[in-house]
Amino acid sequence: MSYTSLSKKDLKDMMARIGVTSLEQLFKCIPDEIKCKKDLDIPPAKTEPELQRYFEKMSLRNTYSEYHSFLGAGAYSHYIPSVVDYLSSRGEFVSPYTPYQPEVSQGTLQVIFEFQTLICQLTGMDIANASLYDGASGVAEAVMMANRINRKNKALIAKTVHPEYRRVLRTYVKNLGIEVDEIGFAEDGRIDVDELEKKCDDKTTAVICQSPNFFGPVEDWRKISTIVHDRGAIMVAAVSEALSLGFLEPPGFLGADIVTGEGQSFGIPLSFGGPYLGFMACRKEFVRQFPGRIAGETTDIDGRRGFVLTLSTREQHIRRERATSNICTNQALCALRATIYLAALGREGLRELAGQNAYKARYARDKILQIPGVDLKFKGEFFNEFTIQLSGELKDITKKLTREKVIAGYELENEYPELKNCLLVCVTEMHSKEDIERLKDVLKSAVL
Amino acid sequence: MIREPLLFDISEKGKRGFRLPELDVPGDPSLLKGLPLRTEIEDFPQVSEVEVVRHFTRLSKTNYCVDEGLYPLGSCTMKYNPKINEVIASMKPISYIHPYAPEELSQGNLEILYVFERYLSEITGMDAASLQPSAGAQGELLGMMLIRACLEDHGDPRKTVLIPDSAHGTNPSSAHICGYGIKEIHSDGSGRIDIEDLKKNMTKEVAALMVTNPNTLGVFESDIKKITGIVHSNGGFVYMDGANMNALLGVCRPGDMDVDVLHLNLHKTFSTPHGGGGPGAGPVAVKSGLEPYLPLPVIKKDNGKIFCEYDRPKSVGKVRSFYGNFLVAVKALAYILSLGPKGLREVAEFAVLNSNYIRKSLDEHYHLQYETPSLHECVFSDKFQKELGVSNLDIAKRLIDYNVHPPTMSFPLIVHGALMIEPTETESKRDLDNFIQAMKEIAREAKENPTLLKEAPHQTYVRRLDETKAARNPVLKWEKKSDKNDRQT
Repeated sequence: MSYTSLSKKDLKDMMARIGVTSLEQLFKCIPDEIKCKKDLDIPPAKTEPELQRYFEKMSLRNTYSEYHSFLGAGAYSHYIPSVVDYLSSRGEFVSPYTPYQPEVSQGTLQVIFEFQTLICQLTGMDIANASLYDGASGVAEAVMMANRINRKNKALIAKTVHPEYRRVLRTYVKNLGIEVDEIGFAEDGRIDVDELEKKCDDKTTAVICQSPNFFGPVEDWRKISTIVHDRGAIMVAAVSEALSLGFLEPPGFLGADIVTGEGQSFGIPLSFGGPYLGFMACRKEFVRQFPGRIAGETTDIDGRRGFVLTLSTREQHIRRERATSNICTNQALCALRATIYLAALGREGLRELAGQNAYKARYARDKILQIPGVDLKFKGEFFNEFTIQLSGELKDITKKLTREKVIAGYELENEYPELKNCLLVCVTEMHSKEDIERLKDVLKSAVL
Repeated sequence: MIREPLLFDISEKGKRGFRLPELDVPGDPSLLKGLPLRTEIEDFPQVSEVEVVRHFTRLSKTNYCVDEGLYPLGSCTMKYNPKINEVIASMKPISYIHPYAPEELSQGNLEILYVFERYLSEITGMDAASLQPSAGAQGELLGMMLIRACLEDHGDPRKTVLIPDSAHGTNPSSAHICGYGIKEIHSDGSGRIDIEDLKKNMTKEVAALMVTNPNTLGVFESDIKKITGIVHSNGGFVYMDGANMNALLGVCRPGDMDVDVLHLNLHKTFSTPHGGGGPGAGPVAVKSGLEPYLPLPVIKKDNGKIFCEYDRPKSVGKVRSFYGNFLVAVKALAYILSLGPKGLREVAEFAVLNSNYIRKSLDEHYHLQYETPSLHECVFSDKFQKELGVSNLDIAKRLIDYNVHPPTMSFPLIVHGALMIEPTETESKRDLDNFIQAMKEIAREAKENPTLLKEAPHQTYVRRLDETKAARNPVLKWEKKSDKNDRQT
């Protein structure tokens, strides 16, 4: 299948106007020695039905959907109302570029403005941007931003921050002279406050902590940010389960200076990891150091309200190497999905949904803990994820669970060798009471 | 036209657009004791489902998009986005899979990644690829990190990166995050890299040259082999910005130009929609010398089984969580498979034909700063119109009245008052002719009635917006009227 639209006659007419007799002549500027001498070694063209069959066949090798899964760990299964797919599939949203021409992009720009407002409401911060790639690069951008603000070079990140976020942070700042050190966790699964007190000093640019953290427990933002601010550092709050923001006291009310995280929970399918939705919000005094696109309100020459991309002197197309970030294309369509999702759920729906997650997770915890040989690893209060420790070998138990078509959670020992036989279990509104009871039954026979 | 209010202004207490099933487990608030619950978010939206649909549908109608017509935004390759690709990417057995799904339960998706990496390597003439970067800029950043890691491995990361003055702004920005200083290389009279300036600056301190080929003028760097030779003989690497790869598909390959690493923009060359600013994807392809440094994980195949390899001590780490923008890769793979080798070559041929047709049709009406033959895009300037007091911005805004999206104006910086036009291969002659006709009319209007241009656009939902006001007094979110008054005083 080809997606071009020129007839043979068009080709002839157009070549005549240009003054060439073959298409080959248009490429005269390319030296022969580097031209392809033969066709590319890829399969011949497929028609639409053939293409569909090819991918259907490929998808048969994905058997994940046959399993009852309790995987979370930074990517969450939530119900997506029909309006989200329906509206976000409109060509007027899907097929424009970044809104450089505001007169013909008001739809996209107003949505960004609404998205920014929602993120501010959820995080409790003053300003938000139009999106970043994902939660991981959000953390990296936050640290680079902190470094620009206070010119200090040591970043402290809690070990309870998502392992992928920590890894991306290290990769990003490695060449910028920013040193990254980690802070361990206490017995309740929360950041080790004593270690934070010890390590956080006047050379610290920022402390990054996540809540609910990677193991599930909710952190005490007030306590942490007091320590961080006492040493003159910037408090970066990371969030991997954005739904928690609709339920728990937001970090912006409790001392965070920058809040960043992953918005996938807001109407974006699991998608095997992407595209997702990085978000970032901060205090307004930091606006000049803020990365990424920002939409702002203004008026047109007739005095009507309109929106534009603004404060662009921070950005690469103007500031080049002195820009606040190299980001250009972001995740606009995912931000649109989140805006539609949050509009549909609304004030009451979001809260009710978050509540259902919390109640179901507690129901699951209580059921699972009835099994002999299963213990709650961390006692800290959690939202919709918690960590259990099994008395047997995790690998053997997982094998048995797989035979029963159950994935009980994320195996923490892969990233945390000290958490041997520990599973991070995530429960959302997608799990019915029966699903949870089945998890309990299957786990029980697997542990025995 | 209906003026669509903000979501927050149509909100009314008690409304909602979605209902959850009843909670089927105990829901006693005492169970949540110890959790720091927030009070309700007072101004959070409360709207019905119908209102949600009407709100976003009305907003969508104020957008111009590729589905509607020509979008000749230079260097952005705004081609038609095939609809079957969207259908495939939303197939639930592909899109509803958790990124931590065990490998044996997600072999289909891993195979998609594996196959796609191979095809990209073949198309670019490189040895390996990584699909992790989420967009072009992140691809650039990763590419430069790979170069740095390799140089460090050999004892000296070096200090500087050379970037031509015609480059896109992300190039210097990405190199900067990689810890490099930037040295700009001049263009010569033809708009190509000035070889003498390159030779002069290509010292042992230089880690890499970042070259866009064809460059942002649409001009092919015909001396590319000489250029890569100069950089390599001084121990540097050549990074190619593949934003303009649409011009080269099946015609020539960066690998055969001795490029060491490049990124591709799947949302440009490989037809995935731009979504009003993303998600895109910026895969990176490398020669074997840089392969050990690729980010984690690397997708491998053994005995028919696909697996992720993490044990790679020289890897730079990760630039993105999980596998990158996977569903964007799915769409791009579908595109490659639907076109095949002949179709891909036709993309380049027709893209270059369309651009040259526009160039030839307008060269009497608009100034061409560089006469050098160009490929997939052509860059005019507003020099003729400037004499009449009309700028490229006025021309662009007037084009909107003719129902065409304006061209790129913000770069290349070497052309003052640039109008960078890239029609892409998917456009029909009728649409090209309409565009050409509009541009000619505008050139005439500039002479006869410049005010018409200066006040354009005339028919849009909003007219020219006050960008200075937006930046000087930033209003970046909705606030309740009373709060707003407080703040403004």
